[in-house]
Amino acid sequence: MIVLGFTIFLGAIAVCLSLLALKRGRPVFVTSLEDAKGQFLHLLPRLLIGILGSGFLAHLLPKELVLAWFGPKSGMLGTALATLAGALTPGGPVVGYAIGAAALKAGADYAQVVAYVTAWSLLTFNRILTWELPSMPARLVLVRAIVSLPFPFLAAFITVLIKSN
Amino acid sequence: MVIGHLKRVDWGLALVMALSFGSGAWVLWHEGWGVARGILEEDAALFFSILPKVALGCLIGALIRRLIPRETIEQNIGEGSGLKGLAIAGLIGLLFPAGPFTIFPLAAILVTSGADRGAAVAFISGWLLVGINRAIIWEMPFFGMDFVLFRFLISLPMPVLLGLLARWRGFDRVFIGNGQPERRDAP
Repeated sequence: MIVLGFTIFLGAIAVCLSLLALKRGRPVFVTSLEDAKGQFLHLLPRLLIGILGSGFLAHLLPKELVLAWFGPKSGMLGTALATLAGALTPGGPVVGYAIGAAALKAGADYAQVVAYVTAWSLLTFNRILTWELPSMPARLVLVRAIVSLPFPFLAAFITVLIKSN
Repeated sequence: MVIGHLKRVDWGLALVMALSFGSGAWVLWHEGWGVARGILEEDAALFFSILPKVALGCLIGALIRRLIPRETIEQNIGEGSGLKGLAIAGLIGLLFPAGPFTIFPLAAILVTSGADRGAAVAFISGWLLVGINRAIIWEMPFFGMDFVLFRFLISLPMPVLLGLLARWRGFDRVFIGNGQPERRDAP
């Protein structure tokens, strides 16, 4: 229901922008529409291939193993493992949160779970393959991935600093 | 035209294709058609459910590109936009109510219409790390308020930091952007 609401909201943004474009003149709107159509057709086969892969990859990844990598008091190595686990966990909106929350309940370290969620948010290998590479210049994706690498560690570090005080 | 189209099949797409078809073949071979069909059906359902959002994302991106002058984008989130530009880009990412199927194409459009790579990274990171939409719909039910709020607060400055790092000169050799991505042979 909420998801549908957001689609309607996106639609509303599109309608407002379209009206603005029409106000500037019909050609502005028509060329925008053609641009959009071109990009949509460019994306379509790529997204289809990416989504196919995301389903099969998610199926093949051993989720129990990902869970087992979290350890309380696992220190830097644990953070590194959590980061790796986050990057390997399939994208999609649920999986990472589900595993992270389960690990937290099972007694995993707060900082490691923060590192895991941060890594999963920023670096999910699966999302990079499914969505990012098909729709953005590969070199920009590379820059984004490189600069993101230290951040799960930074998040864990800040968490430890705050929580130990 | 045909050659231009072929060139667009970059190594990124090739990697995605290899992994998709490879993992699909692996599942089919080791677990049979029944399992593979189940996954295919889920994939198909996902694909069709996102199509309208992909279309809307493309339309919004294209309209923004036509409506907002290149100079405005350059000025606000371009190379010389400083910390303020990164903060604006990160804030747009934080607020933007959309999934990856809208965010990444939009970021790609932004870098061809005047935004620099730092702003693109800040925008994507804002959406990934502190996207309100994601946090409320997906993270909250799993973790509860405390964890989400804590993670949200410590992550808040990160999109700007990520954008700053991405602006580092050393990356000029990797990606320039600003309308001249990758194809340096073009006139």
